[in-house]
Amino acid sequence: MKLSGSQIVIECLIEQGVTDVFGYPGGQVLNIYDALYNAGDRINHVLTAHEQGAAHAADGYARVTGKVGVVIATSGPGATNLVTGIANAMLDSVPMVAITGNVPTSLVGKDSFQEVDITGITLPITKHNYFVKDINELAACLREAFKIAKSGRPGPVLVDIPKDVQIATVEFEPEGVVESFPEKKVKDSKIAEAVRLINECEKPYIYVGGGVMSRNLGEDVMALSEKIDGCIGCTFMGLSSIPDSYERFLGMQGMHGHYASSMANKNADLIIGIGIRFSDRATGNTQKYSKGAKIIQLDVDGAEINKNIMVDAGLIGDIGDSLKRILSAVEEKSRPLWHEEFEKLKEDEKKIEKLNDEKSTSILPPKKVFEIINKHKDENTVIATDVGQHQMWAAQYTDFEKNRKFVSSGGLGTMGYGLGAAIGAQVGSHNKTILVTGDGSFGMNLNELATAVTYNLPIVVVLLNNGVLGMVRQWQTLFYGKRYSNTVLGRKTNFPLLAEAFGAAAYSAATVEEFEKAMAEAMKCEGPVLIEVAIEKDEFVLPMLPPGGSIEDIIVTIDKEETQ
Amino acid sequence: MSKYVIAVYVDNKPGVLTRVSSMFTRRGFNIDTLTVGEIENPAYSRITISLSGDEYTKNQIVVQLNKLHNVQMVKVLSDESTVKRELMIIKMKNTPNNRAEIMAAAEVYKGKIIDYSVSTISVEVTGEPVKIDAFIELMMPLGILEMCRTGIVAIERGAETMFSQE
Repeated sequence: MKLSGSQIVIECLIEQGVTDVFGYPGGQVLNIYDALYNAGDRINHVLTAHEQGAAHAADGYARVTGKVGVVIATSGPGATNLVTGIANAMLDSVPMVAITGNVPTSLVGKDSFQEVDITGITLPITKHNYFVKDINELAACLREAFKIAKSGRPGPVLVDIPKDVQIATVEFEPEGVVESFPEKKVKDSKIAEAVRLINECEKPYIYVGGGVMSRNLGEDVMALSEKIDGCIGCTFMGLSSIPDSYERFLGMQGMHGHYASSMANKNADLIIGIGIRFSDRATGNTQKYSKGAKIIQLDVDGAEINKNIMVDAGLIGDIGDSLKRILSAVEEKSRPLWHEEFEKLKEDEKKIEKLNDEKSTSILPPKKVFEIINKHKDENTVIATDVGQHQMWAAQYTDFEKNRKFVSSGGLGTMGYGLGAAIGAQVGSHNKTILVTGDGSFGMNLNELATAVTYNLPIVVVLLNNGVLGMVRQWQTLFYGKRYSNTVLGRKTNFPLLAEAFGAAAYSAATVEEFEKAMAEAMKCEGPVLIEVAIEKDEFVLPMLPPGGSIEDIIVTIDKEETQ
Repeated sequence: MSKYVIAVYVDNKPGVLTRVSSMFTRRGFNIDTLTVGEIENPAYSRITISLSGDEYTKNQIVVQLNKLHNVQMVKVLSDESTVKRELMIIKMKNTPNNRAEIMAAAEVYKGKIIDYSVSTISVEVTGEPVKIDAFIELMMPLGILEMCRTGIVAIERGAETMFSQE
């Protein structure tokens, strides 16, 4: 069967099991879109308002489905608009294939209209990329792109296809879905070493990250915690991999982590890191991080072992296999002193939270917002966020019972990520999706409201409006002498009216009762809804590790007067 | 700070060198020299990297190289059992006062006169980088017009090869 390059693109996507793609047409992808025109019954294309939104949508889609997210954009500005989305996927290890058109090969390198070297630009922010100059290599490149994107530690791959390659024809034979590269099994001696460290320890802290989320290893992790009588903490990327109702789960640790989780991490004599990378936001000062504790690290990416933190046992390879082997070999043992200690930490955390609740003078405290969200969502509801204070509150206060229900930009911290990602997450999960955002982040890519309305997606946007860039303001309050340089937005945007102008339903809430009511109604809506929630500008995200500090320096409460 | 030599087999494709060098820039690794050339199997090229750094940096370079899709094999060559060579071509002023000294030094260093004109002498010297350094030192007062060095190529002594890894 002889097909054109653009038909091969579509056939390869279908062959690789792709059912939904996100994108935006343009001059150098006209042929791909033309081929898509005939494949509308086999592949669903979601047209966004901006290529960045499409990239974030492919990312959000991949996070909730575990499938490879696909985004298509034209050359030049279309391609460069993907860059933030690709970098975001890279930092959070999200499997993605980005397909871009480029000018015909005869015009490459001549600064032609809408020409950029997108493979050059994305070199450091992709796992790999291709500039396909030969039609004979197109199908192989696309298949390999999927293979690389989903293998080992997942990530984004970009395939750039000049227009003449899209037009050229070649014989095409469909193949099956590509298998991931096989993962190394860890040597028995390494497993034995990890088992010995666990058997000898008194205070084990199991520390799970994005790897546990992407491999869905929550059950095994919980089984290990039972067997060794340990507790579990997670990184930001590990959220939703362990049910929040699980009694041994202390939640996220790190810069804005739960007090109990951060303290248990500090006090543990053994840290069992699974699919984590010891990010600076999680460790604080690496010189002081968990001094005296032994560390075991399981990861499929060998480059993460001994990169930020030196470990005692590095198990490089299939983390699911390693975890199962450790689980079956390790001694079943109760550790009553440690158990008592982490239970006490949970109690301490409750006391601190109560103290902070009492100190709050807000009419509608952020914590309350999340309590109400928790009440109205079910275990299948996806929570997406943007970046800033609201994101950290979401990470701290949202209750998750099922894996892959939290969609948020961790590594890159991309403001403007949320709405695009929520669209992708809704399309992928078919479930009600709640986007928690702030007025700063939402302002960056709110144009995607148009997309949500066009496709009538059941997305509830909870916009926490404090009129300031809250997280930066928090730093300015605490570390920059309250010099609020450019963080007071002072905008006159009427968000409910704006949402209505886009065709979405809208509510506003300033009190607990109003938000409760708005949320109840919004959750019943079939299409997109925006709820603007007025919150205080001087709410803090707590606890907080100060910059350069370690867990010992944790700030758990702040008296407003102290910052005067 | 130690000196390390790392040998890398990569796919012989356009852009692979850029991927390797871009990774060095992004990760902040400083290297001393980098050479690249095709091997007996034209599907691959061999890159030889020399660097001065600590063990952490050396290890990071190895693991980060291994993550690149076009990198097929990475091996740190042990300092004591590796033969290292570098080639230099140096162009000197040719004057009655320095001519004899240049020729004598070239002979002692087993260099070759590869070009001779009324006003210039070009010498080719091969050897370990320290030998090249020493030769440059000798030439310094005699009027260097231009010079270039290839960077290190290296191969292990005896039966060890790229393929005999643990």
